Amino acid sequence: MAEITLSGITKDYGSARALDNVTMTVPDGSFVVLLGPTGAGKTTLLRMVSGLDQPTSGEILIGGAPVTARTPAERNVAMVFQQYSLYPHLTVRENLAFPLKSPLLRTPKDEITRKVQLVADALQIAHKLDNKATALSGGEMQRVSIGRALVREPAAFLMDEPLSSLDAKLRSDLRVELKSIQSNRGATFLYVTHDQIEAMTMATHVGVLDHGRLVQFGTPRQIYEDPVSVYAASRLGQPRINILPADLFAGAPWDAKHIGLRPEQIRQGEGEESIVTRIERLGDQTRLHLSYRDHDIITVTDPHTDLSHGDVLKIRPENPFYFDATGARTH
Amino acid sequence: MSYSITDPSPRTKWFAGTLVILYALITLMPLLWIITTGFKSQSEAIAYPPSVLFEPTLEGYVNLFTTQTRVSEADLAANPPETFAEEIAASKGMIIVGPSRFGERFLNSVIIGFGSTFLSVVLGTLAAYAFSRYRVPLKDDLMFFILSTRMMPPIAVAIPIFLMFRTLGLSDTHLGMILLYTAVNLSLSVWLLKGFIDEIPREYEEAALIDGYTRFQAFYKVVLPQAATGIASTAIFCLIFSWNEYAFAVLLTSGNAQTAPPFIPTIIGVGGQDWPAVAAGATIFLVPVMVFTILLRKHLLRGITFGAVRK
Repeated sequence: MAEITLSGITKDYGSARALDNVTMTVPDGSFVVLLGPTGAGKTTLLRMVSGLDQPTSGEILIGGAPVTARTPAERNVAMVFQQYSLYPHLTVRENLAFPLKSPLLRTPKDEITRKVQLVADALQIAHKLDNKATALSGGEMQRVSIGRALVREPAAFLMDEPLSSLDAKLRSDLRVELKSIQSNRGATFLYVTHDQIEAMTMATHVGVLDHGRLVQFGTPRQIYEDPVSVYAASRLGQPRINILPADLFAGAPWDAKHIGLRPEQIRQGEGEESIVTRIERLGDQTRLHLSYRDHDIITVTDPHTDLSHGDVLKIRPENPFYFDATGARTH
Repeated sequence: MSYSITDPSPRTKWFAGTLVILYALITLMPLLWIITTGFKSQSEAIAYPPSVLFEPTLEGYVNLFTTQTRVSEADLAANPPETFAEEIAASKGMIIVGPSRFGERFLNSVIIGFGSTFLSVVLGTLAAYAFSRYRVPLKDDLMFFILSTRMMPPIAVAIPIFLMFRTLGLSDTHLGMILLYTAVNLSLSVWLLKGFIDEIPREYEEAALIDGYTRFQAFYKVVLPQAATGIASTAIFCLIFSWNEYAFAVLLTSGNAQTAPPFIPTIIGVGGQDWPAVAAGATIFLVPVMVFTILLRKHLLRGITFGAVRK
């Protein structure tokens, strides 16, 4: 396992800039999640680290050694693709053994058998080992795909939305499974997703990407509690953070243009009056839709609340975030 | 794969079946004619109306493979026929003096046909892979240029090729014919194979690169097995062309490298064209392509309908 360092990575596709001067360190043994919507440059960044694409400028180090000029094989990283990555002409067993048989590893036969069985058991695909890769369900295919990375002991694991095509149940099972594999092995993971639950539950660090720029890097808690911008604040938290004009409430600093309120930053029962427009009962959580001076606010309340449509509820901001006109955090 | 939404009614099935059988009869008729003529005697082959029921004889095949000469009754009696073939010759007052040239012409066809098919497919696969995966400068122009070599009949450039071959010493050589047929087939094979390789997602090779393989190993271990269908159907098309090619073979070969197509019509019997021998030659000539096609037929259907069906 090794540390990955990216310094000043820029990637242009023609005139379009996919990555803009990204500098980041993935510490040894950490689980770093790259978060951002489609087109933010998450996958491109992963491909730079894997060696499938070359950066226009910048340098990549794995375990302290510069690898920018090396082939993917020489970098010794394992990668799980979002789709289409199982070799369709091979069986599940052959797929899992494929990286072990490479000229890079040249694993002895009995060692291959042992490792394949171990991984197949961990991912609950042992009974499908002799099936053709194409004769599997989507969830099984993705587990084999993850298994093909796990049979190796690479410098780092790169994962490109590996769970996005799975159903909710399998996704939450594999989330736990991946996290425990990572912490048991002390492995370095660089993981791309747009799913904030995956980021919150698995990451030791989160990198927030916005149009090719790394706008914030820190622990999930840091990003949740101390976001640098409206964009970063909107990545995490359900329901989403409320962004409102700063002058809606008294006490805003002079340079603030917007106020950001997460549910826990809205004190209920005191302050200004708002009207309840809707109540969503999700079971574990009850969401309150409020109308305050023609602005909609979504917050969370007691699951057994007796509030109903049309009621008046007093609210007051508590330690809110303030942002300037460009969306950058000021207070 | 299912092509119909509902099961067709028995009447539709019956009608469709009849149509298919009729069509098969019409297309197979010439083939049947050739095969049966090969087993007829000289007189039955030219009989009018044609005889449907006849006593089969191997005379045509014996004539095809042997050189015979007419001898006197006395000489015939002095050399009693020993083999089955000699008996057939003796019944017409002939003795066999040696093998005919059909064997070596047929072997030429095999060498040139399969040789050029192999070369077209190998070069075509490599070129198609490069065009499909790499940034090739002027890619579209090059692909169009490759296609444009097929926009006129190849025989239109027969004279320059004839002169070129004479200068280079390629006339009437196996190498010359292999190179020529490869050049003609290459545009078809590059275009067909590029289509097949384009359909193979890049992620497979990228996964192999990450799994510790070089670009060439990834191509060999992952792309080639996936392209097998495309390669097989391309090979059939290439073989059919180079196997059947007649015009260049007549023009550029005479002895050493002559293939079967220009040779078969030159089989002259005693006292007129030996139709059973010609038919026997044609029948044998059909066999290799037929066997090759049957061996690869499961790939061929997908090759022909390729692009029409979404996976």
